[in-house]
Amino acid sequence: MNGRGLIGVALTVLALAAPWFAYPVFLMTALCFALFACAFNLLLGYAGLLSFGHAMFFGIAGYFFGHAVKAWNMPPELGLLAGVAGAALLGLVTGALAIRRQGIYFAMITLAFAQMIYFFCVQAPFTGGEDGLQGITRKPLLGGLIPTKDDRVLYYVVLAIFLFGYLAVYRIIHSPFGQVLKAIRDNEQRAVSLGYEADRYKLLAFVLSAALAGLAGATKAMVMQFATLTDVSAAMSGEVVLMVLVGGLGTIVGPVVGAFIIITMQNYLASFGEFVLVIQGLIFVVIVLAFRKGVVGELGAWWRSRRSTG
Amino acid sequence: MFEILGIPPQALFGQLLLGLINGAFYAMLSLGLAVIFGMLNVINFTHGAQYMMGAFAAWLLLTQLEIPFWIALVLSPVIVGLLGVVLEKLMLKRIYHLDHLYGFLLTFGLALVIEGLFLWKWGSSGAPYPSPIPGGVNLGFMFLPYYRGFVVVAALLICLATWYGIERTRFGAYLRAATENPVLVRAFGINVPRLITLTYGLGVGLAALAGVLAAPIQQVSALMGTSLVLVVFAVVVIGGMGSIMGSIITGFGLGLVEGLTKVFYPPASNTVIFVIMAIVLLVKPAGLFGQTK
Repeated sequence: MNGRGLIGVALTVLALAAPWFAYPVFLMTALCFALFACAFNLLLGYAGLLSFGHAMFFGIAGYFFGHAVKAWNMPPELGLLAGVAGAALLGLVTGALAIRRQGIYFAMITLAFAQMIYFFCVQAPFTGGEDGLQGITRKPLLGGLIPTKDDRVLYYVVLAIFLFGYLAVYRIIHSPFGQVLKAIRDNEQRAVSLGYEADRYKLLAFVLSAALAGLAGATKAMVMQFATLTDVSAAMSGEVVLMVLVGGLGTIVGPVVGAFIIITMQNYLASFGEFVLVIQGLIFVVIVLAFRKGVVGELGAWWRSRRSTG
Repeated sequence: MFEILGIPPQALFGQLLLGLINGAFYAMLSLGLAVIFGMLNVINFTHGAQYMMGAFAAWLLLTQLEIPFWIALVLSPVIVGLLGVVLEKLMLKRIYHLDHLYGFLLTFGLALVIEGLFLWKWGSSGAPYPSPIPGGVNLGFMFLPYYRGFVVVAALLICLATWYGIERTRFGAYLRAATENPVLVRAFGINVPRLITLTYGLGVGLAALAGVLAAPIQQVSALMGTSLVLVVFAVVVIGGMGSIMGSIITGFGLGLVEGLTKVFYPPASNTVIFVIMAIVLLVKPAGLFGQTK
C-alpha cells in the first residue's frame, strides 16, 4: 500500500471514530464549513473567479431549509433540496450578471449582491429579521429510519453529505468540464479562440458552486436548528475566503484543512471578542504577503522538492 | 402647506438633502478608490476603515487635545494619509506584481485588523461629535441645518479640486501618464514608485477627509465605514472607474436616488443602489462612464 492509501485509510478511521472523542456539534459545524469552503474553492481555485459574496448562498439556503421544514412542514430531505435549489437559482441570477465583468470587478459585484441579499433577509417576512429563524426542530430522516435527535447519529448523516459534496467537487474538477474551466482560468482568450464559450462554463461553475454552498448552509441549519443573519453577512463571505486561503487555494484537501483550522481557532478564541477580527485580519495579511500557497500547498511543494532532490 | 405627490415638502427635501450628503460621501470615496486603482491596480478594501479613522482622528483630537473641528479637518486627513503611506511602503508595494485579487484580499485583511482594534479599544457604540456650525435656517419648504449645507458645498468643492488636480495640473498629467504606461514614464526620469506612494496617501487622505466631514452628522464608531465601503463598490461598478467626473456625478446622483427611494418606497432604500447596479450590468456592463478595456 502506498503512502496516499495509508493516509486515506487513517482519515476514514478518524472520520468514523471522531464523534466518540470530540464534541459532535463542533465536528458537524466544521464539516459544514469544510463543504462550504470546497464549494468556494471550486470557483476560485479552478475557475479563477473570486466571489466575495458566497455567504449569500450559504445563508439563504439555511433560511430556505428552515422555512420549508418549519412553515411548510416538509421532511428534512426536501428541506435540504429546497435550500440547494434556492441557492442554485440565486447563483444563476447573480452569476449571469456578475460574469459580465472580469477580474476584480467580479469580486466587487458579488460582494454588492451579497449585501443586497443581506438587506433583503433583514426585511423579508420569512427570515425573522434580526432574531433569525429559531427553533427548526430536527425531524427523523428517510421517513423515520434515521433518528436525528442524537448528535452522534446526525454526525454520520452530515459526514455523508459532506463526502457527497466533496466527491462531487472532485468529480467536477477531474471531468472534461473541469479541464476547460482550468483552461479558461489560465487564459480565457485562448480558450475562447479554441471554440469554448467561456461565459457558459463560468456560469455553470458559478451555479454548481452556489448549489454546493447552499447544501452546506442548509445542512448547517439542520444541525444548529436555526438560521441567522450571520450566515448571510459580508463577514461570512470573508471567512470562507480565509478558510480556502489558509488551507491552500486550488488544492483538493486544502479547503477542508483550512475550515477545520479556522473553526478550531474561533472556538478557542471566542472569549477574546473583537480580537478574533484582528487575528483573522492578520492571518489574511500574512498569507497574502508570505504564504500564498496555504498549508496544504506549501506542504505539497515541500514534499515534491524533497522527492525530486532525494 | 402644499404637497408633492402626497409627500409633505419638509419630508421630501429633508430626504433629498440627506441623499445629497450621502452622495457626497459616495463621490469622495469612489473618487479615491478610482485614483488608487488607476495607479496601484489595487482595489483598496481598507477605504472604509480609513474613512472611519479620519472621523476617529477628529474625535480624538477634539476630546483628548481640544483641537477644534476646523484644524482637525486638515490634520486628520494628513495623519491618516501618512499612515496610508507607511502601509503602502511596508505592504502594498510587495504585491503589485501579483494578480489584482491579492491586493483585494490584503486590504480586506488590513480593514479587519484596523476595525477590530478600534472595536476592541472603543466598542461598537458610537460617540457623538458636536456640530461645528450649530443652528440652521428655515427656507420655507424645509429646514436646512447650516452644517449639512456646508458639507454638501465642501464635498463638491473637494471633488472638483480633485478633478482639477488630476485633469489640469502637471502632477495630474504625470499621474495619468503613469497610469497608462509606467515603464515609459519612468524612462522619462519620473520617480514612479514615489508617485504611487503619493497617490495612495492622497486617496487615503480623501477618504479620511470624508470621515471628518461625516463625524458631526453620524456617530463616530468603529464600524461606520464597514457597510459604506460595500455600497461604494457598487457605486464604482455603476460609474466605471475610467473617468473622474463620472465618479463624482455617479456618487452624487446615486445619493439622490437613494434619498428619493427613502421618501417614496422606504423598504427598498437599502437595496436600490444594488438593483441599479444589476440593471447597469445588464445594459452597459462597462459602467455608465467606463470604457471596456
